[in-house]
Amino acid sequence: MSKRSTWVLPYAIFLAVFVVLPLVLIAVYAFQDNSGHFTLGNVLRFFSDSDAVSTFALSLEVAIETTLLCLLLGYPAAWILANKKFGFTTVTIVMFIMPMWVNALLRTLATAELFSILGFTLGKGTLLFGMVYDFLPFMIYPIYNMLLKMDTSYSEAAEDLGATPVQVFLKVTFPLSLPGVYSGILMVFMPTMSTFAISEFLTNGKIKLFGTIIQENINSSMWNYGAALSLVMLVLIGLTSLVTGGSRDTNVGGVV
Amino acid sequence: MDKFIIELKHLSKSFDDKKVLEDINLQIRQGEFVTLLGPSGCGKTTILRLIAGFLKPDDGSILLEGKDLSDVPPYKRPLNTVFQRYALFPHLDVYDNIAFGLKLQKVPGEEIEKRVRKVLKLVSMSDYEERDVESLSGGQQQRVAIARALVNRPKVLLLDEPLAALDLKMRKDMQIELKEMHDKLGITFIYVTHDQEEALTLSDTVIVLKEGKIQQTGTPADIYNEPVNSFVADFIGDSNILNGIMVRDRRVKFLYHEFDCVDEGFGENVPVDVVVRPEDIYIMNRTEGSQFTGVVKSCTFKGVHYEMFVMTDEGYELMVQDYNAFEIGSTVGLIIKPQDIQVMKKERVCNSYRGVMKGADRVEFLGAEFECVPGDFKEGDPVEVEVDFRKVDLMDDKEDGCTYGTVASILYKGNHYFLRVKTESGEDIYSHTQDVWDKYDTVGIKILPQDIRIKKLTGDE
Amino acid sequence: MKRFLARIYVWVLLVLLYAPVVFIAVCSFTESRVMGNWTGFSFKLYGNLFGGVMQGGSALLSAIENTLVIALLAALFSMLLGTLAAIGIHNLRGRKRNTMQLLNNIPIVNPDVITGVSLFLLFVFLKVSQGYVTVVLAHITFCTPFVVLNVMPRLTQINPNTYEAALDLGATPAQAFAKVLVPQLVPGMVSGFILAFTMSLDDFAVTFFTRGTIGLDTLSTYIYTDARKGGLTPELRPLMTLIFLLMLVLLVIVNVRANRRNKIEVEK
Repeated sequence: MSKRSTWVLPYAIFLAVFVVLPLVLIAVYAFQDNSGHFTLGNVLRFFSDSDAVSTFALSLEVAIETTLLCLLLGYPAAWILANKKFGFTTVTIVMFIMPMWVNALLRTLATAELFSILGFTLGKGTLLFGMVYDFLPFMIYPIYNMLLKMDTSYSEAAEDLGATPVQVFLKVTFPLSLPGVYSGILMVFMPTMSTFAISEFLTNGKIKLFGTIIQENINSSMWNYGAALSLVMLVLIGLTSLVTGGSRDTNVGGVV
Repeated sequence: MDKFIIELKHLSKSFDDKKVLEDINLQIRQGEFVTLLGPSGCGKTTILRLIAGFLKPDDGSILLEGKDLSDVPPYKRPLNTVFQRYALFPHLDVYDNIAFGLKLQKVPGEEIEKRVRKVLKLVSMSDYEERDVESLSGGQQQRVAIARALVNRPKVLLLDEPLAALDLKMRKDMQIELKEMHDKLGITFIYVTHDQEEALTLSDTVIVLKEGKIQQTGTPADIYNEPVNSFVADFIGDSNILNGIMVRDRRVKFLYHEFDCVDEGFGENVPVDVVVRPEDIYIMNRTEGSQFTGVVKSCTFKGVHYEMFVMTDEGYELMVQDYNAFEIGSTVGLIIKPQDIQVMKKERVCNSYRGVMKGADRVEFLGAEFECVPGDFKEGDPVEVEVDFRKVDLMDDKEDGCTYGTVASILYKGNHYFLRVKTESGEDIYSHTQDVWDKYDTVGIKILPQDIRIKKLTGDE
Repeated sequence: MKRFLARIYVWVLLVLLYAPVVFIAVCSFTESRVMGNWTGFSFKLYGNLFGGVMQGGSALLSAIENTLVIALLAALFSMLLGTLAAIGIHNLRGRKRNTMQLLNNIPIVNPDVITGVSLFLLFVFLKVSQGYVTVVLAHITFCTPFVVLNVMPRLTQINPNTYEAALDLGATPAQAFAKVLVPQLVPGMVSGFILAFTMSLDDFAVTFFTRGTIGLDTLSTYIYTDARKGGLTPELRPLMTLIFLLMLVLLVIVNVRANRRNKIEVEK
């Protein structure tokens, strides 16, 4: 059976060409000027571009708030779904991803329309709630998977040793579910930080997020500056991955 | 001359530098029920997998009816295996699992059906053809696994602990059925187990293995009654294993008493191991007419017989089995008949190693340096080092010793324990101790300088 | 009481999540051009959709076709590549295995925009003209990791002795693979395929950056352009409603079949 390890080769090559090389190219383009010479200009320009920096700050703020909201709303949901005593089945968990079958942009437009009908002005508030709508399932899944896999004997042992239900949760269940929480954060924080169409639709174009800036630059052929902005994002991804303990276990397998 | 269906010649196998089989030689007769018996890690399953072809030997060869199997891949070997965890194909039903091999051989459909039906009847699973294999109980799955192997009419059936996952009652039933199947079919069975009782019940021949080496080959009765060494005696059934001295032919001294025995040819005043089965010690309430006496320490009912521990007047603890119970604290008389005393040559009388002098009073062996009494040696001299078993001190803290190791085996010898400790360097050191240790305990090893005997290496090795 | 509150909580979340979807479905039964205006019940939009009479007309139809074809191709190739990769990774040990798993996670963790921009730069760098092929390749890039993650657990569940048992019963290694290993992997491959298909259908950003300038549109890019122009094609409402219902029916069928199998096993 050991010879089958060579079967990984096509995918290894594929990953090298379509994942590693493109990421390297972001860095390469970020440090080049139009004529292909090395420059720090693109990266420096970001820090002096007050529009870009303030968008970056706003995106960071929105992303953090969205992530926290998703965590606050999603954790209890994941816990309830994973807990057999509440009588939910896998069908319910599948119901949380089914809205994904309706095109995300159309769904977002409908959400924005609903907000207008209900009398909310499109702005930061609607942006936040719209994003939570879109990304909540990505928070619920990894946590749900983690809680489901967890051996119930841990919490039973804690109870047996005299922990109250609250203590069991705080001292056993929650710490053990942290890997799921981390990958949930990773799966929500990054996309919210960089969405473009969705933020435009939800605020009627009033609020730009960092993704929009990247898209605008790439679309107007400012590849090098666009690459530099992407590099800023990549650095942030790297930092977040480090903080959340890497992406060792993304827990997104076996959803369907 | 007997015809051998399977012969193993000088078979060796290592995994990542760890030797699991060393020079295995074995001959199996057509129609025999052979059991490979040993504790986990003794290499028994490796032998089976080598025969089946899932592993390639590093050295040596396997012959089937005189033909070398080395270059024959597993799917071309006329042998079939029954796996411990059944390994039924979960996506196929019972019928298709059994028909799998026949379909690959392109056996005509009608014949497949006939043969599958027949073999299902043999394993008493006739009404289960269309059942999903995962819906079957463990015992039923094992029957299907046996049927799936037998339907191909293999020359040899290999069974890898097939009953280990079943509960006791089911295991007993299946043992009887397996034995019946073997008698009926006349196929050679090679059976792997760590359960000595199962081996003794089922086999024509038992092969006892320990750490990749064959210890003893023989009929179940031979193995039980005449174990060749203390390992076999300890592994097969309950036994009292004691140190003794062969005074002369047919006369052996142990428990501080001399006994008549039937063994000869050991020489005079030679240290030996003596094995006495607990049911072979006669116990009685009177002391006159007994060979020696003792006090009953404990008495437990074991279903048919009572198991008692008796402390002899000289301080040995013996296990005795009898149909009658004896009161705890009472003095009893004991007799051992000559034919019930099994005398075995000692595998070793002291620890002995190759070493190197590291200075006038330092010697290196077992991968560590020890202090020793200065002698007629200089640095760099190769020497032979000997240490008596009872001079090897084991310590709780591994830092307290000159080196350390883990307890690999424990043998109770009536008034002391005989321990084998595997040191870090991979070598064994034996210790005679009164202290109680558990297997896999990590122990420090200490030897006093005056207890290390150093001899010049003789010969030009 | 606790149980009741918990159930209410989950259902409220679900109702909120489904609100936009239901809203789209409701609005598909009225003629109004603007989503949200109710001008009386009508099947006209459904009629337009099937009659092909609609704003955008053939452009929308070809966007639908592109979306489905790209999703099918991407899911199919991802399934094959991912399964092969999962088997390979399963047989790797130590550093190599960890490296492959880490690399496999990158496209999952990377936000769409980064994946899109990086692939855009790749195609620019390699001077590949962008269009259908580049979009499919890009989709395979972010779909395959999900297939790998779905097939890997299956591989660990397989009793390795079943492969040996097949050899033992006379199957060549190739036969043992096809007749014993693959059938046991199929459930993981299928769920990987469905997940990949879903991800591809829903993608906007990656397609946006890798479709080039040849005017290739998928539903997402079509909607994006359409919405930016101001008037969203009303027939998208019935279209999405139908796609959603179709997927729902598929899911119910798959689940009912799985349940029936389980039940039969339990009864036995």
